[in-house]
Amino acid sequence: MLGIFDRIGSATLYYINEVGRMGIFLFHSLVSIIRPPYKVWPVIRQVYIIGTLSIFVILFTGAFTGMVLGLQGYHTLSKFGAEGLLGSAVALSLIRELGPVLAALMVTGRAGSAICAEIGVMRISEQIDALDCMAIDPHKYIMAPKFVAGIISLPLLTAIFDVIGILGGYLVGVGLLGANEGTYFSSMYKDVEFNDVYMGFMKSLCFGLLIIWICSSKGFFVHLTKGGGFGAEGVSRVTTNAVVLSSVSILLFDYFLTSILL
Amino acid sequence: MSERPVVQLIDVRKSYGAQQVLKGVNLAIMEGKTTVIVGGSGQGKSQIIKHILGLVRPDSGSVMVFGKEISRVSMRELKEIRTNFGVLFQNAALFDSMTVFDNVALPLRERTKMPEEEIAKVVNEKLAMMDVEGTNDKYPAQLSGGMRKRVGLARALVLDPKIIFFDEPTTGLDVAKSNEIYRVFSRTQTQLGYTAVIVSHDVPKIFKLADYVALLHDGVIQACLTPEEFQLSDDPVIKEFVETTMGPLYSSEMEV
Repeated sequence: MLGIFDRIGSATLYYINEVGRMGIFLFHSLVSIIRPPYKVWPVIRQVYIIGTLSIFVILFTGAFTGMVLGLQGYHTLSKFGAEGLLGSAVALSLIRELGPVLAALMVTGRAGSAICAEIGVMRISEQIDALDCMAIDPHKYIMAPKFVAGIISLPLLTAIFDVIGILGGYLVGVGLLGANEGTYFSSMYKDVEFNDVYMGFMKSLCFGLLIIWICSSKGFFVHLTKGGGFGAEGVSRVTTNAVVLSSVSILLFDYFLTSILL
Repeated sequence: MSERPVVQLIDVRKSYGAQQVLKGVNLAIMEGKTTVIVGGSGQGKSQIIKHILGLVRPDSGSVMVFGKEISRVSMRELKEIRTNFGVLFQNAALFDSMTVFDNVALPLRERTKMPEEEIAKVVNEKLAMMDVEGTNDKYPAQLSGGMRKRVGLARALVLDPKIIFFDEPTTGLDVAKSNEIYRVFSRTQTQLGYTAVIVSHDVPKIFKLADYVALLHDGVIQACLTPEEFQLSDDPVIKEFVETTMGPLYSSEMEV
């Protein structure tokens, strides 16, 4: 009986500890972004890795999401004779919800996992200790460019996702199913407001921060992970954890952000 | 010149869970001298280095570096103290996504305002000192174990630190490569006059480099003596260590 309490207690302490160190990690990383010197090249490199290299997957998923929205939307709206609203339905779904969320999930799978594995390997091969010993702050040197790149890349990728999705919806709704071309765009123009774009933008900004925070801190603390965090297995386990936690957090935060921003 | 300690460990204790690794370590590292820490595997030798570097905090006791308690200084002071350190990790800990040149240039780029031409000059000079010139554009994975260690040493020395730490500098290297590392070490110490702390298994060869040998056994430094005193010590633990690692001095019956 005492064993159960013991286990619950130690698990609680472990997770409180983990949340604490991840919080301190975020604080240090954000402070290191503000602190000079400001180096542009590492940020550009990270924007390329996180953003540019994710474009293909964003284009692909964006197009098909828009296409399926066009398909479903047309069939549903035609039941009410409201095909004219297809454009605004596709655009609003993408801009407010699907764009930021799906783009963030794609970036988590593609770039977040890579960030976690990269930092995890740096930790277990003592490269992060080496930076510390050289009096080079790992937060400034490794994390700051990734955070800035995440915050820059996610809104841009989301914008690309939205535009491609709208075009995908157009292709299916107008091109294949015969909805009116003019109404598709005019309903969108009429119904999409600045607030919708703002909501999508804020979400993508927060998700960018969230992905980089969770994935890089999981890798950074791989050695403190419960159940042995060293070696290739430790890195692979922590990478899986990071992707799962990021994905769940994106959906969780999406709800809270929507309720705040609505 | 009188010797003065630059690093002092006073009754340092450290446990990981139920396992007590350091049980009251007392050790003084003298300025300009080479102190070698020896002992069996898993005794916590590397832990001593990690404590001095401020990577690990002791549970109790104090670690004084240049007269400052390293576990109590601010982040800024810790960073300042670390500017005096050069570390060669067991696996060299080179940044695997950077070329050899960028690895050695990193401390100069991040910690100084040296122009790129001057950085190139210093880096090439240090690489030449380690006999690894011409590897500038290679990545660590393309180098042999010995070359990686020498590049690691070049990186550790690039800012002319006051104290250099070597964590098992010759582990995994054959005799010829180990000798090369020792030769490079000996030459650079003569040229640069740094204080060195070496953790090593390579007994007795490492004794040739040592000014002092400290034996870590059962979580405690048994003694810190000159190599001659160490080999002739009557202390039963030291005697046993010497006999196990070097063989009985006057009898070969045990060496079967």
